[in-house]
Amino acid sequence: MGFDRLWQGVIDTFLMVGVSSLIALILGIPLAVILVTSGKGGIYEAPTLNKALGAFVNLFRSIPFLILMVALIPFTRLIVGTTYGVWAAVVPLTIAATPFFARIAEVSLREVDHGLIEAAQAMGCKRHHIIWHVLLPEALPGIVGGFTITLVTMINSSAMAGAIGAGGLGDIAYRYGYQRFDSQVMLTVIVLLVILVAVIQLGGDRLALALNKR
Amino acid sequence: MNVAIARERLEQPQPSANHTELHPELSHAHVRFIGIGKTYDGRQGPVEALKGIDLAIQRGEIFGIIGRSGAGKSSLIRTINRLEQPSSGRILIDQVDIAGFNEDQLVALRRKIGMIFQHFNLMSAKTVWQNVELPLKVAGVPKLQREQKVRELLELVGLQDKHTAYPAQLSGGQKQRVGIARALVHDPAILLCDEATSALDPETTQSILGLLREINQRLGLTIILITHEMAVIRDICHRVVVLEQGRVVEQGQVWQVFGDPQHEVSKTLLAPLQDTLPEALQGRITAQPLSAQSSVILRLRFTGGQEPDLGALFSALGGQVRLLHGGVEHIQGHALGQLLLSVTSTSLGADELRKRAKQWAQHVEVVGYGI
Repeated sequence: MGFDRLWQGVIDTFLMVGVSSLIALILGIPLAVILVTSGKGGIYEAPTLNKALGAFVNLFRSIPFLILMVALIPFTRLIVGTTYGVWAAVVPLTIAATPFFARIAEVSLREVDHGLIEAAQAMGCKRHHIIWHVLLPEALPGIVGGFTITLVTMINSSAMAGAIGAGGLGDIAYRYGYQRFDSQVMLTVIVLLVILVAVIQLGGDRLALALNKR
Repeated sequence: MNVAIARERLEQPQPSANHTELHPELSHAHVRFIGIGKTYDGRQGPVEALKGIDLAIQRGEIFGIIGRSGAGKSSLIRTINRLEQPSSGRILIDQVDIAGFNEDQLVALRRKIGMIFQHFNLMSAKTVWQNVELPLKVAGVPKLQREQKVRELLELVGLQDKHTAYPAQLSGGQKQRVGIARALVHDPAILLCDEATSALDPETTQSILGLLREINQRLGLTIILITHEMAVIRDICHRVVVLEQGRVVEQGQVWQVFGDPQHEVSKTLLAPLQDTLPEALQGRITAQPLSAQSSVILRLRFTGGQEPDLGALFSALGGQVRLLHGGVEHIQGHALGQLLLSVTSTSLGADELRKRAKQWAQHVEVVGYGI
């Protein structure tokens, strides 16, 4: 197996993880904000919405990724027109990553000291100011940490997606390592994945640390 | 010297709908509480945090609210800027009832009422400058004006060289100064202080209290503070109310309440500040005279007015008078304190000595007899 193939695998993994995580970031933060602010004592208290949204998020969180992926095949075909390849994997990956990340971001937002919200109200902040100037900046280090975890988890999930024909490093490891017993390729993929995860984790930790002024 | 002190304590106003018309002198109050009640839903049913609070806070005064924890102080101060919604009663600020305010009106009101907190509540992700600037930013004040105002306030609180620091890099006193600058950035008419010095050491407390006093005098701000520390009330307040289980149990000028507390709670809160019998003396005093020559131990308490005239006092008592313990402090220009005297008299009994001393001090009691 040539270098090109391996390189293509890296690119595919990057693409699957990158796109799905980016969408999860864009959708997950508003979702987390709604979950926190609509909760009991929140600034936009709405118990019914909060419960419904919470149940929805939990539903997707409780389905193992492999099963979710298979179950979503008709939906994936509807969205991207195919059930094979990188873009077909992006759909279930995004649907798994969004509630996952939203829950982690929710925890960080919830940890923002209530005194800060009270101070913001006392200084004449409107509710949207509180979200923008207090909740999000104060929770940012935690959100960055949560996003790092999401990225690593999505690398894990993308390998599973590779096994059912999505491409990427998982696909290579499955085809060469499992089906052809090529332990050299297997080892190379493992090394690449370890490096990838290490770089993401280190970068995420560094960023979270730099943002944390506490 | 006239012992009877003119009592000018405010009468407890009765809650009524047309209250302001009935009491014209109260209608000019800066902040009026009329029958304020607050009920929370606790685990064991409803909890009444405030019960029928009636108060009038005048423009430009430093008004203290003291009580033990759980007395309702926090709830009460938070009703002024509606961080807490009262369950019953009305609050008038500049004669305007704030009960029906919508979000926009509340935001406008809160910009005229600054607030500082026990734990400072500064944004940890923002620098000192950004923290002070935030209230202006959300109000849409143009950048140039913002810069000018923030600079001015950081100068007022003495932190102009710390503007790039983050709160975590500051000491407690510096954090509270940032809190004060932030609270004053909209030129409010009222400053609410929620246990503002309770997390600070005594020295820093003094410097923060000094700053608050200066702000009160220079800017003419009405300051309303809650505390559980009597010393804070003594050091800066003009008037004080004592809160217990959601009710006002005592109120008046600080020197009056300090000199002569009426309610049990006030006495308990004041106890750490008041001189009790020193331990060294306790062993030398008995409840009954051991012999006819035993000296009489008198405790004289001064609760306002001029410093005691010792010469006149001693000659009125006659015999041999020893000063065992005592001191005088000044609150709002009134001398408050107590003297513990040992009087050895051949002719006068304890009761007669007490009566004579009563001419010179507001309260006299016979503590016991010397050994």
